[in-house]
Amino acid sequence: MSLTFQVTGLALVIATVIGVPVGALVGLTRFPGRQLVTLALYTGMGLPPVVVGLVVYMLLSRSGPFGSMGWLFTPPAMVVAQTIIAFPLVAALTMSAVEGVDPDLRLQVRALGATRWQTGWTVLREARIGLTAAIVAAFGGIISEVGAVMLVGGNIEGQTRVLTTAIVLSTRQGDFALAMALGIVLLALALGANAVLLQLQGRTR
Amino acid sequence: MTQQPPAFELAGVRHRYGARTVLSIPHLSVPRGETLGIIGPSGAGKSTLLRLLQGLERPAEGIISIDGEPMPDPLPLALARRVTTVFQRPLMLDRRVRDNVLFGLQVRGRKDRAPAGPLLERLGLTELAEAPARRLSGGEVQRVALARAMAIEPDVLLLDEPAANLDPANVARVEALIRDAQARGTTIVLVTHNTHEARRLAHRTLLLIEGAVVEIGPTAAIFESPVEAKTRAFLAGELVY
Repeated sequence: MSLTFQVTGLALVIATVIGVPVGALVGLTRFPGRQLVTLALYTGMGLPPVVVGLVVYMLLSRSGPFGSMGWLFTPPAMVVAQTIIAFPLVAALTMSAVEGVDPDLRLQVRALGATRWQTGWTVLREARIGLTAAIVAAFGGIISEVGAVMLVGGNIEGQTRVLTTAIVLSTRQGDFALAMALGIVLLALALGANAVLLQLQGRTR
Repeated sequence: MTQQPPAFELAGVRHRYGARTVLSIPHLSVPRGETLGIIGPSGAGKSTLLRLLQGLERPAEGIISIDGEPMPDPLPLALARRVTTVFQRPLMLDRRVRDNVLFGLQVRGRKDRAPAGPLLERLGLTELAEAPARRLSGGEVQRVALARAMAIEPDVLLLDEPAANLDPANVARVEALIRDAQARGTTIVLVTHNTHEARRLAHRTLLLIEGAVVEIGPTAAIFESPVEAKTRAFLAGELVY
């Protein structure tokens, strides 16, 4: 359980740290190719985890370009895969959240003397409900995900076994009671994490 | 005594949206400390002029100077921060009323929360200081927007219909605050539909129709002895657009 939380938590933090600024930038600025970036992000929201797992597997496998790092079948490989799944969710939903803020508000904030950065930060604050939704969606996407972590982690007991892969294994072994119990733990974990996120959203008000 | 350069000077300014020319001002000078009233029908280009003066948009042609120097592009922060606008449709930040009022100071790195109190009091908003600003009525929003601009104590104040949705008591409060700014030497450009408001506050008044200056002069002269036929028609309510 703690590995599930560590892998998903770290992937979520990395995806948020990169995804929120990228989403805000795409949402608030106009540049050539913006449509393409938007299309890529929206498409990325529907990336099949198992395909992400496959690609990360190939990149990290011994003959792959990053094979020398020795990450395959280790938690860092799982973090990489989950970050890739979570990033487009965070970025695309951040983008639509900031686009939902009245463009006139940006002008008014600037007229009150805000710098570009202060304006961007203010808009992000205004979009905080949408931002929370972005992070919650990404969290939901990766904590429940099994295909990618199974492929790149290998479901090794005590090393890369997380709740979802443990549920798959228990079910295959016919231990439905254990599988069900793990499922309930997974749900409880999601419930607790989302409650914390919602709490944080309320506090920035 | 050396003559101070005007707060604003426009030379050959034209502005377009697409193919349509929305503003064409060959020359306009606003001396420091003056309150210039801008009247005119809807769509005359009044708000566009304010956006140009605030530096939110660049004119398609011509030069706008601040204190005798052409506005650089991009506008340096220190220069941009000398001017602020109260917009016709003010938007509140999703924060408390007090935090909205303090926003301009906060972005300037000033943590002092004291200036909000007296401003809110003078605008009759003390009871709402801790209320969420998004729940205010239109008239309350308008007053908070004025307080938000006044808190900065700008050199130049651009006001777009600052009292449009207010009852007479609140019009008086708003105008009292504007008079204080005048007394401090603030340069004010006041866009208004309300000719009475222009008469009460403006030193000079400019009539803008279809993006062009029809007449400009001392406020009393514009209202009492306008030269142009269009001005007389506008003031008599005969110009329909």
